[in-house]
Amino acid sequence: MGIDRRIFIKTLGVTGVTLVTGTMLGAEVADDEAIEFQGMLYDSTRCVGCRLCEVVCAETHNLPVLKVKLKTGVLRKNSETQRTVINKFATSKGDVSAKKQCMHCNEPACAAACLTQAMHKTKEGPVIWRSEKCMGCRFCMVSCPFDVPKFEYHSANPKIQKCDMCYDRIVSGGIPACAEACGDALIFGSRSLLIAEARRRIAENPKDYVDQIYGEYVAGGTGFLHIGPVPFNELGMNTGLQNSSYPALTKGFLYSVPAVFVLLPSVLLGIHEATKNNQTNDEELE
Amino acid sequence: MKSLNNPVVTIARDNDGKSVLRFLAGELKPKGKWLTPFNIISIPVIILGLVLIVIRFWKGIGSITNLSQDIPWGLWIGFDVVTGVAFAGGAYVITFMVYILKMNRYHSIVRVTVLNGFLAYVFYAGALLLDLGRPWNVINPIIGNSFGTSSVLFLVAWHFLLYMLAELIEFSPAIAEWLGAKRARKILSGMTLAAVIFGITLSTLHQSGLGALFLMAKEKIHPLWYSEFIPLMFLVSSVFAGLSMVIFEGSISHKVFFNQISEKNHKAQKGIISGLSKICAGAMFAYLFLQVLVFIHGKRWEYLDTPMGYWYLTEIAGFVLIPMILFFYSYRRQNILMIRIAAILTMLGVILNRLNVTVIGFRWDAPVHYVPTWMEIVVTLTVIFTEIWIFRWVINRMPVLRESPSWVNKVK
Repeated sequence: MGIDRRIFIKTLGVTGVTLVTGTMLGAEVADDEAIEFQGMLYDSTRCVGCRLCEVVCAETHNLPVLKVKLKTGVLRKNSETQRTVINKFATSKGDVSAKKQCMHCNEPACAAACLTQAMHKTKEGPVIWRSEKCMGCRFCMVSCPFDVPKFEYHSANPKIQKCDMCYDRIVSGGIPACAEACGDALIFGSRSLLIAEARRRIAENPKDYVDQIYGEYVAGGTGFLHIGPVPFNELGMNTGLQNSSYPALTKGFLYSVPAVFVLLPSVLLGIHEATKNNQTNDEELE
Repeated sequence: MKSLNNPVVTIARDNDGKSVLRFLAGELKPKGKWLTPFNIISIPVIILGLVLIVIRFWKGIGSITNLSQDIPWGLWIGFDVVTGVAFAGGAYVITFMVYILKMNRYHSIVRVTVLNGFLAYVFYAGALLLDLGRPWNVINPIIGNSFGTSSVLFLVAWHFLLYMLAELIEFSPAIAEWLGAKRARKILSGMTLAAVIFGITLSTLHQSGLGALFLMAKEKIHPLWYSEFIPLMFLVSSVFAGLSMVIFEGSISHKVFFNQISEKNHKAQKGIISGLSKICAGAMFAYLFLQVLVFIHGKRWEYLDTPMGYWYLTEIAGFVLIPMILFFYSYRRQNILMIRIAAILTMLGVILNRLNVTVIGFRWDAPVHYVPTWMEIVVTLTVIFTEIWIFRWVINRMPVLRESPSWVNKVK
């Protein structure tokens, strides 16, 4: 026989569990091969603010190359025409640049919010948007704690614009365009190696870094990791976010749904039977 | 507007299924006078609204709305969908009272409430299509391979769809009576109890589900309105939101469709309204208790002495506490006018609460606040007016407010 009995039973079990729990727990089923997400490490200490990443990003994704002068302290956000922006902030350690783009969360709120799986956490790590599935409800925008997804309000065929970590390039063996173009402030790699590298830089140059990796824990951990010379609230980052994952906030509600669906109808039917005698001579009830 | 309803007495006649098409064609024609105040106001608004909808699909959502990257959901979601569905909650509460608890006193208002609920879902959930950027993909969560099962919105979408079906089944005996389809009526009314039980279950989950939509927007909603109990509060408040709507709509229907309603039901109306006011007061007490609990448990005193805090107090004291007391008091005094005033106050409070969670408290700290454009308001009015047109059309033709045709009892 071509098929080993143990493998057969295992497959059967995995299939069963997958069928029952669906995509909700999809990522946790494959226990044998622990998935290693790819990510990016951005280093504000090394970034010189040349904004080449903005230019190559626009070129790669057929977006207009904007020629805006960078003003220190002005917080630009990524927009429907710019998937990433560089801001410059006047801090206690002089002018420091900070890159804003999709954080590629380990457990993205946008993907949990999406009712069509248009927002999707790929097994490689990038969170991508798929036009053929999206119905444009913008629930991803409501849910994303980093306010990353942007919507084309002035189009009859609107798209959600957000960084996809150049997913097409990654699956064909390449690396994101911004990481390729950048001198040495932005590197691409597997998340655990990037965290090790970030720790090494912090440990070797404690004067140049605050001892924190933004993205290691925030929102349940993100694929885009950020280190820098000053606390992150000085770099326009939201430091008030929770460290547990955002989809966990709706888990309790979603898990109660099957229970309600089983229990409530039986309770209602029970009350209906119990009150049958109240229906005196009233036969009009239909 | 009374003149609208004169020719109705003959409609529900048994036509024995003969020449159904001719019957339907006749029924499609308007009945009664055209130039009523409601028509004069609503027709231009609807025409303008339709033009705006064309522009919206041609030039994009941004062409007629003030929605932004920071505030992706505005009036159409916050009011049309979230508030509209709360007001449609009367249907599940009344069917629960009548079919499950056998409170037969309320039987005469079941049909009109279910019709109201059904149309509310069709139109207000239907208004969602206007807000979807890519509405051609709307079937993706229903058929195909794009099920986002981890999404609260996925649950809400399915529940809307199934609940519309359940309400249609609950209402279908009236359609069968209108068409004179005796056999169909018998089969359809046999399905009522199942539809009611299914419908109540669905309502419980999607009324709370509308609140659960905002659970992930934890840092974006003002802390006075955000808590993990939003789903429960939405569910409890949908009880008195729906019943207040029933009182409000019933009071208008009894005037506008006066001569459709039998002597017996006219007399019963006072008892129904005061009974509902007692239930409203009870539900509001539970809701208020929950609000206070969340407030104290969440240690929210520090927010109270701020503009948003005053706004919160206005909502809770002015539009929950006061109408609750009014409901209690006027139930004791049997004062129908006061109950109606309490119902209107309650409805304003529900609108306020839903808008506070979805629009006003959402990104309360943003530099630019969202204010709907006049065009968004016109489109919203278009949706409401069109619904009232259909509602009136059905009331004037089917046995909703008036008694069922005489053959109904004979067939049994």
